[in-house]
Amino acid sequence: MALPPLDSPQWHSSFRAFFWGVRSVGSTILALVLFATYLGIGALAHDTHFSLAWTLASTVFVWAGPAQIILVSTLGSGATILQSAIAVSVSAIRLFPMVVSVLPMMRTPKTKRRHLILAAHLTAVTLWVECHRFLPQVPRERRIAFIHGLGCGLVFLSVVANTIGYLLAANLSQLFAAAILMLTPLTFLFSTARNCRELADGIALALGLALYPLATLLNSGLDILVSGVVAGTIAYGVHRARAKAIA
Amino acid sequence: MSTFIGDWHALVVLFVAGVIPNQIWRMLGLWFGGGLDEGSELLVWVRAVATAILAGVIAQIVVQPPGALASVPALLRYGAVAAGFAAFMLSRRSIFAGVAVGEVILVGGQWWLG
Repeated sequence: MALPPLDSPQWHSSFRAFFWGVRSVGSTILALVLFATYLGIGALAHDTHFSLAWTLASTVFVWAGPAQIILVSTLGSGATILQSAIAVSVSAIRLFPMVVSVLPMMRTPKTKRRHLILAAHLTAVTLWVECHRFLPQVPRERRIAFIHGLGCGLVFLSVVANTIGYLLAANLSQLFAAAILMLTPLTFLFSTARNCRELADGIALALGLALYPLATLLNSGLDILVSGVVAGTIAYGVHRARAKAIA
Repeated sequence: MSTFIGDWHALVVLFVAGVIPNQIWRMLGLWFGGGLDEGSELLVWVRAVATAILAGVIAQIVVQPPGALASVPALLRYGAVAAGFAAFMLSRRSIFAGVAVGEVILVGGQWWLG
């Protein structure tokens, strides 16, 4: 699907810009990955005994797949609220640089901060990637409306996927329910691997996978935090050492 | 309806442990955006730790699987991830190829084992 040219009268109304944003959901392959991810999250929430309303509320109000998985799996395995909150907030730090880098693309001299609140909420990895692809084709004064449309479309798609995944996990044979649960680790592993731009990210991913089983032996209740901080710090150390070696 | 909403306590936990720790970072980005360099050393470390935590969660689901996934033998779960990863690399990092191969191995293997 091609967006109208920048000087087209299609862009004269914010409402139309919103609509073009919603339609753009259909032209992104990432929407398919998002659908599979949220299908998996719905199934995971079902099998960890959360209600469907809880699952949908987490998608609408948290709107970050990794944070939702961490929340569901830590709470489901008996972590305290504080432990889950710490793990979620560490995973969510990456949203900070995303918001910082994406909002200037939508800002005009007349934009007030409150106009950007919904856009900031909708910012997650999918929207962040798509902003760089779509926004150059959207007139600056219509970009917020366009992003609201694109973001709301993605949230809606995810809510539908969540519901389908939840109901499938409840009603499918054990084999297919297992297959849907397996979507979560697979989509996250490969989309994270794809996003590894620096050496540190790749090492963190590999070490994080390898160290988790070791961290469970400590039985601290903070296994994921322990393996994450250790693996991430080692990866950062390698990154520093290599930067020094080059310089 | 009560099964749809579940227990209210869980919804409170969702906000305290899920929504607030997550939204804080977006709102900080909105508030302080512009002053921070995306390539700064602190952010490299933060991103590495965040990636490793996510890796830990992926490992947790595969090693100590929830619900129906626990009915699949451990070796088959690891094999499916490994085969998916091989397909991902061979297809020049196609997420779709990795997920499809991983799922086919999992379902096919389990079906074959009976």
